[in-house]
Amino acid sequence: MTPSAAPATYRELGLTDSEYELIVSGLGREPAVTELAMLSLMWSEHCAYKHSKKLLRRLPTEGPAVLMGPGENAGVVDVGGGLGVAFKVESHNHPSAVEPFQGAATGVGGILRDVFAVGARPIAVLDSLRFGELADSERSRYLLDRAVGGIGHYGNSIGVPTVGGEIYFESSYEQNCLVNAMCLGLAPHERLIRSAAAGPGNVLVLLGALTGRDGIGGASVLASAELGEGDEAKRPSVQIGDPFAEKKLLECCLELLDSELLVSLQDLGAAGLTSSSSEMAAKGGVGLDIDCALVPLREQDMEPFEIMVSESQERMLCVVEPHRVDAVIEVCERWETLATPIGTVTDTGRLRVRTGEEVVADLPVPILVDDCPLYDLQPAPPSGSLYAPPAASLAADTDAGGTLLALLGSANIASRRPVFEQYDPVVQSRTVRRPDEADAAVLALPTGEAIAVAIDGNGRRVACDPRRGAAEAVYECAANLACVGAEPLGLTNCLNFGNPEKPHVAWQLVEAVEGVRAACLALGVPVVGGNVSLYNEAPTGPIFPTPVIGMVGRLPDPARAGRLAFAEEGDVVALVGDLSGAGRAGSELAKLRGEPVTGPLPALDEEAARAAHATVRELARSGAVRSAHDIAEGGIAVALAECCIAGGLGATVGLPAGLDPFAEAPGRAFIVSGPEDALRALPVIGRVGGAALRVEGVLEVEVSRLAAARSGGLAKFL
Amino acid sequence: MKFGVIRFPGSCDEVDALQACRRVGDAVILWHGDRDLQGVDAVIVPGGFSYGDYLRVGAIARFAPVMEEVAEFAAAGGLVLGICNGFQVLCEAGLLPGALLPNTSLRFIFRQVELEVVTADSPFTGTCVPGQRLSIPVKHTTGRYYAPDDQLARMEAADQVLLRYAPGENPNGSLNDVAGVCNEQRNVFGLMPHPEHAVDPLMGPTGGLPIFESICAHVADGAALV
Repeated sequence: MTPSAAPATYRELGLTDSEYELIVSGLGREPAVTELAMLSLMWSEHCAYKHSKKLLRRLPTEGPAVLMGPGENAGVVDVGGGLGVAFKVESHNHPSAVEPFQGAATGVGGILRDVFAVGARPIAVLDSLRFGELADSERSRYLLDRAVGGIGHYGNSIGVPTVGGEIYFESSYEQNCLVNAMCLGLAPHERLIRSAAAGPGNVLVLLGALTGRDGIGGASVLASAELGEGDEAKRPSVQIGDPFAEKKLLECCLELLDSELLVSLQDLGAAGLTSSSSEMAAKGGVGLDIDCALVPLREQDMEPFEIMVSESQERMLCVVEPHRVDAVIEVCERWETLATPIGTVTDTGRLRVRTGEEVVADLPVPILVDDCPLYDLQPAPPSGSLYAPPAASLAADTDAGGTLLALLGSANIASRRPVFEQYDPVVQSRTVRRPDEADAAVLALPTGEAIAVAIDGNGRRVACDPRRGAAEAVYECAANLACVGAEPLGLTNCLNFGNPEKPHVAWQLVEAVEGVRAACLALGVPVVGGNVSLYNEAPTGPIFPTPVIGMVGRLPDPARAGRLAFAEEGDVVALVGDLSGAGRAGSELAKLRGEPVTGPLPALDEEAARAAHATVRELARSGAVRSAHDIAEGGIAVALAECCIAGGLGATVGLPAGLDPFAEAPGRAFIVSGPEDALRALPVIGRVGGAALRVEGVLEVEVSRLAAARSGGLAKFL
Repeated sequence: MKFGVIRFPGSCDEVDALQACRRVGDAVILWHGDRDLQGVDAVIVPGGFSYGDYLRVGAIARFAPVMEEVAEFAAAGGLVLGICNGFQVLCEAGLLPGALLPNTSLRFIFRQVELEVVTADSPFTGTCVPGQRLSIPVKHTTGRYYAPDDQLARMEAADQVLLRYAPGENPNGSLNDVAGVCNEQRNVFGLMPHPEHAVDPLMGPTGGLPIFESICAHVADGAALV
């Protein structure tokens, strides 16, 4: 093996001096070039979670419905009838900032593979996106346009519906856009498969695309250390997605699993073959012997380290019993998918990589997977806000009607139609509630029941008050599920933060995780998987701390899934839940007025919120209500306006004394409407009817004007 | 009544079409590499992105072995329905006149649109009445129907336009608001909207159902004549 180069090399690869010393003492020698490439990636924040792993242990992961928890490619919850729903959210922030179309497309491709790697057919995608202010930034408009295009390109072409999502625009994301993609999959229990390699003598088979130099990233330092200056061929490139290849790979993998031909299955994501093989070996407590000369290449003359760290898309790795290899290859040929035996399972506990006869890496599996040091965060609360106040765009003396129109037309609240019209929400014929029809997407199950899913995470509120803001995101997801009649089964999260080595960012991270934990415990919702994206930071400072929560729930009768639109003239409107603590801190109105990004946010009464969720859930399930909508950004005025716009109907309401129409307290209160008899027991505040939204003593605006304001706010930038 | 739905690599809506067919009759999947149509009464070329839509939409799928059989089946009067990508494939294969161009917006668009039945004189619209409105979703990037002026005029004169986007509903810039056309013999029909996504009241409007029912009724009538 060729010994690796000077300290400059490992530093450029992102290892610290002390980490390198740990590697040398662990191995009892200097690592070889290929070994260093593999170790530097496995010890990166992205793979090792070295600043977040200890913290993530705070999140509750147990629940009655959990079939697979964190650690597998995706978490899985039981939805009855022998079916499981797999789901996970993951970030693709940095690639999307470099090349938004392919970055977002491969983000979708990656999360789809995570889901079918556990044996589940992907049935839905949702996206959570963050960009800078559209009005100020041509770059943000470009990123939005291309990222949305990339998500659609991949999801539409592979035949998985995009059923929901959320987008916010804040200047803190100007340099670090966020592209988080969530996927749900459906599988019979018996098809669920884990990723642990097992059975010495079994064959390691690489499925899917050719391996090229895509996404080699930091490891390209090794190439430049070995090769002459300006060797263009060795340049790393952004990963390029091929949804057609993935579609074939997906159908192929599901057929292999249905035919019970595989021992285990794992997708190739970050760090490619290195992470997939070492994680499979670690989970199974076995070793692997890989001959990288057998890996089918897209480019000639790739170095072994390049083959081992390539992030070429649309590849999977599986373990197969020797007598089934031919059958596996036959299925793959039918799907026009490459299947290549590249190694064997051993009992050595070592990951040995050869190129032909020459051994280029021989590492104990634990040094790759377990031995990376975990760092303690050094959290310290900042003395003031880390973020500059936004520029004011609304005069403080604007009347309530004008304020409502400004809020509806603001990029964060305006209609998402220009975006979701670029996605196919109906393929696979499960979608009972599409975007804009309800607070959560609803998908019918073959059992006759249904699942609901929502994704939320308002970074500005977390920036104001990390603990309460993060908890709110969990409550808001659960509230969205309640509106369609669903009870939460589990959640997945993606923690998007700045540099955790900075004390104030560390504090945001610790506080936010505590907030998520408290909300999970209060609502009885376990975390079944997730992802962390750190170092989202520009010279001007960190992004808003942005924990994105994706939650899945179950409802018994899809025909009764709730809708958000006011539906009938004469129905009564009721306010369910407690808005008494609602305030302007962190609100959309505070942003429009240019007020500072500071808290505290209102405390949340767990008991009252749970009760409100249960009430709305039961109202939806019993068919007593014709609409249900949670009160979030823009307060009760915006929530009422959204119900009016969706139904094309006005309403007249009187607010409880002292309630600020634009104050926010997400996740705990709802607007419902329905026949008077059915809602008699609720606090009725008004009635559906007419052509205007009239809030007594506050405002009166024609629904057509509300709709026009809402429809143009985002469309004008696309 | 037995439908056959083709599955190409990259087909996305073939299971949706299969389920829609099964609301009115039997249905089986036909594999792109097989030359056996399994004795079906009607063939559906489904939506999706056959062969990744690489090169040009529908351009590769027309060369699939199964398409040779479909061409023979059509020539013998068999019913063929092309939906979205299937419409594109049938145009590429020369089984339908005209071509599908990129939407004027140059973007993928999903939208529930209102269609108007132009004529009931076809196996695909036989249970409808002219002027009837059908609410069906479209979802495509390349759905702008085009045919040269003289050809389109001949098609209009021969009542080959079976469905139009209702006034104000044209999502893609199709000439004459054309949403679906048939061949001269009226046994091959292609449309950009997805009737298979409009058959279940649980999921939304059911404007697609009359198309499947019409096919079924036509085949039943034919059987009765024999």
